[in-house]
Amino acid sequence: MARKAYLGVDVGSVSTNLVLLNEQGEVLEKLYLRTRGEPIAVIQEGMKMLAPAASGLQIAGVGTTGSGRRLAAVILGADCVKNEITAHAVASARVVPDVRTVIEIGGQDSKIIILRDGAVLDFAMNTVCAAGTGSFLDQQAARLGVPIERFGELALMSTTPVRIAGRCAVFAESDMIHKQQMGHRIEDIVAGLCEALVRNYLNNVGKGKDIQPPVVFQGGVAANAGMRAAFEKALGTPVAVPEHYNVMGAIGAALLAAEEMERRDGPSNFRGFQALDMDYSASSFECKGCPNLCEVVNIKMGHEVIARWGSRCGRWDSF
Amino acid sequence: MKITFAHMGNLYITVKALLEDLGAEVVVPPMPSKRTLSIGSRYSPEFACLPLKVNIGNYIEAMELGADTIAMAGGVGPCRFGLYGEVQREILKALGYEFEMIIIEPPQGRLRHVLRQLGRLVGRNSVGKYVSAVRLAWAKMTAVDELEKVVQRVRPFESRRGAATAALASALKLVDEASSIAQVKRALEDGREMLLSVRAPENSVPDPPRIGIVGEVYVVLEPFVNFEVERRLGEMGVLVERSIYIGDWVREHLFKDLLRLRKGRRPYDLAKPYLCHFVGGHGVETVGHTVEYAKRRFDGVIQLAPFTCMPEIVAQDVLPSVSRDLGIPVMTLVFDEHSSDAGVLTRLEAFVDLVERSRRRRAAKGARG
Repeated sequence: MARKAYLGVDVGSVSTNLVLLNEQGEVLEKLYLRTRGEPIAVIQEGMKMLAPAASGLQIAGVGTTGSGRRLAAVILGADCVKNEITAHAVASARVVPDVRTVIEIGGQDSKIIILRDGAVLDFAMNTVCAAGTGSFLDQQAARLGVPIERFGELALMSTTPVRIAGRCAVFAESDMIHKQQMGHRIEDIVAGLCEALVRNYLNNVGKGKDIQPPVVFQGGVAANAGMRAAFEKALGTPVAVPEHYNVMGAIGAALLAAEEMERRDGPSNFRGFQALDMDYSASSFECKGCPNLCEVVNIKMGHEVIARWGSRCGRWDSF
Repeated sequence: MKITFAHMGNLYITVKALLEDLGAEVVVPPMPSKRTLSIGSRYSPEFACLPLKVNIGNYIEAMELGADTIAMAGGVGPCRFGLYGEVQREILKALGYEFEMIIIEPPQGRLRHVLRQLGRLVGRNSVGKYVSAVRLAWAKMTAVDELEKVVQRVRPFESRRGAATAALASALKLVDEASSIAQVKRALEDGREMLLSVRAPENSVPDPPRIGIVGEVYVVLEPFVNFEVERRLGEMGVLVERSIYIGDWVREHLFKDLLRLRKGRRPYDLAKPYLCHFVGGHGVETVGHTVEYAKRRFDGVIQLAPFTCMPEIVAQDVLPSVSRDLGIPVMTLVFDEHSSDAGVLTRLEAFVDLVERSRRRRAAKGARG
C-alpha cells in the first residue's frame, strides 16, 4: 500500500504555493511560484513539478486556501477549502506549538493572528491600506535598484535608520525620495522604511491586539531580515521565522485537509495528476439582470462548465 | 410633487406607506446597486462616509424616474449625518438638478415639529388622517422588523440555499402591498408562515453558533453596503441577531432628544464601565450591545462601520477591553466604496471558524468537567 500524503495549495495574489505533507505533517516537497495573474496555468505547472515527488504516494486529501482557493478547489478537486487566516493559524500552531502571536505579511495583505493554547482567539487583516506588504517592498526595491533578496541584509547594515512616513505607500515613496535627495545613505533609508512599515502594521493591523511572545513571523515578507529586525526592535521580543515561512498557508491547507479526511469516510475528491493535463479555461460575462452588473465567471474543463460564481444574488451559481 | 428619499434597508416600505397614505406621490429609488454607488461616489466628497455617497446615488436615480422633492432626516450631535441633508442639497444643486429638499430634524421632544415638517411635504390633511397614516406606517414597520427577525432564525436551517432570502422577499412584498392595518396583520402572518416553511428538519442542529451584529445604523441595516453580512452568516449556519432594527432607529429619531441621554436605557448602562460619554451616532450602543451579547452568552460579535465613522472608531478602540473582560470574540468590518466581496467573505469565514473552534474546545472542557 502506497504511503499517504496530503496536498496543500495556497493561491495568493502574488505567489502560488504548493506543499506535500506526509502523514506526520512533515514537508516532503514545497514550491513557491509567482501567480503572475494566471492562477490556472500556475497551478497546472506546479502540479507537473510536484508529480515526480508524488510518485509512489497516495494523495489522501487536498486542501486549498488563499484568495484563489475556490478556483484551485474546482481544478484540483479539493476536500477542504479554507480561508487563509485559519490556514496560517493551523500551520503556525503545528510548527511552534506554544505560539501566541502570528504576524503574516504576504504579497498584498497582512494579518495578525492571536492564539492561546493553540486556538485562534482574535485576528485582523489590513482593510483599507496595503502599505508594507510584499508588493510595496518589491516596488521600492526595484526603484532603489536593490534586488529584493538583498533588501533585508542592506537594512541590517544601517547604523542610523531615518524616519520615513509609512502611512501611505505613495507618501512613503515621496518621503524616501526626499531623504535620498537630502543625502542619507541607502541602507539607512531601507532600514527606516522597514521600521516605518512595522510601525504602520502595528498601528493598523495590530491595533488593540494583545501581542504576546512567542511571536512567529511568516509569509513572503518574512524573508526580509530587515523587517524581522524592525519587528524585534518594536516589540522588544525575539521573532521566530519558521523554516517554511513562505508556504505556511499551503501547509495549513494540507493539515486541514488531513483533519477533514479523518472526520469523513470515503476517498479524496482529488482529480489526479493526469486530469491536470485537461484544458481548463476561465471566462466571464456581465449579467444584465439588474443594475449590479455582476461579473460572472465560468470555469470550464474542456467544454464542460465545472464551476460558476460572481453573482451577488446567486442566480448563476447553479448550472 | 413627486417625493423620494434615501434607502436604508427596508425602511422604504414604512416611508412609502406613510407618504402615500397622506396623499403624496412617491418615487421609491431603485434598490441600491453598483450603479447607485458609483454615481454617488463620483459626486460626493471622498472623505464623507458611505451613507452620504449611497444617498446621493439614490436621489439621482430617483430623479431620473421623475422625483422632484427629497425628504431627508436631519440630526444633531457629533455624528456627521446631521449635516448630510444640507451637504446633499448643495451637491445636487451644483449638479444642476431642480428639486426641493425637506430636511426633517429630530424634534427636541416634540412631535408637533415633525408633523409641521411633514405637512410641508404632503399638503393639508386632517388630524384624523395623520393618525391613521402613522398607524398604518407603524404597523408596516413593526411587521418588517418582525419578518427580519424570523428570517434570521430560519436561515441556518433552510432546505436549500437562498430559500429563506427568497421567502423574505415575497413576505416583504405582501407587507408593502397591504393597504390597511388588517391586511398588514394578515401579510405578517402569511409571511411568517412562508418563512417558517423553508426550514428543513434534517438541517436543524440543537445549538447553532450565535453571533450579534452591532455598529453604525446605516451599514448594519443596508445589506447592499455590508455585502449581506447577515445572509452570509446565516448561510454558514450561524444564528444572527442585530442590535438595531428600523423601528428602533425611527423611535429614537422621532422621540429622543439626541443630546440628552435618557437615564435607565439598557445599552448605556451596560456600556458605562467602558464608555460613559456620548460620542455621537451609535458608538455607545455598539459598546453596550456588545456587553449585552456577551452576557447573553453569544459566541461572537461583529461590529460594522463605514470608513471614517468617528463614533464607531471610538467604539472600536474600546471593544478590545470588552472582549478581554467578558471573553467574547469581536471583529470589526469597515466598509467604503472600495470594499470587496472577497475580503469580507474571507474575514467572515475566519471569524466563524474561530467561533466554532472555541465552542468545540469549551464543549470538550465541559465534558471533562
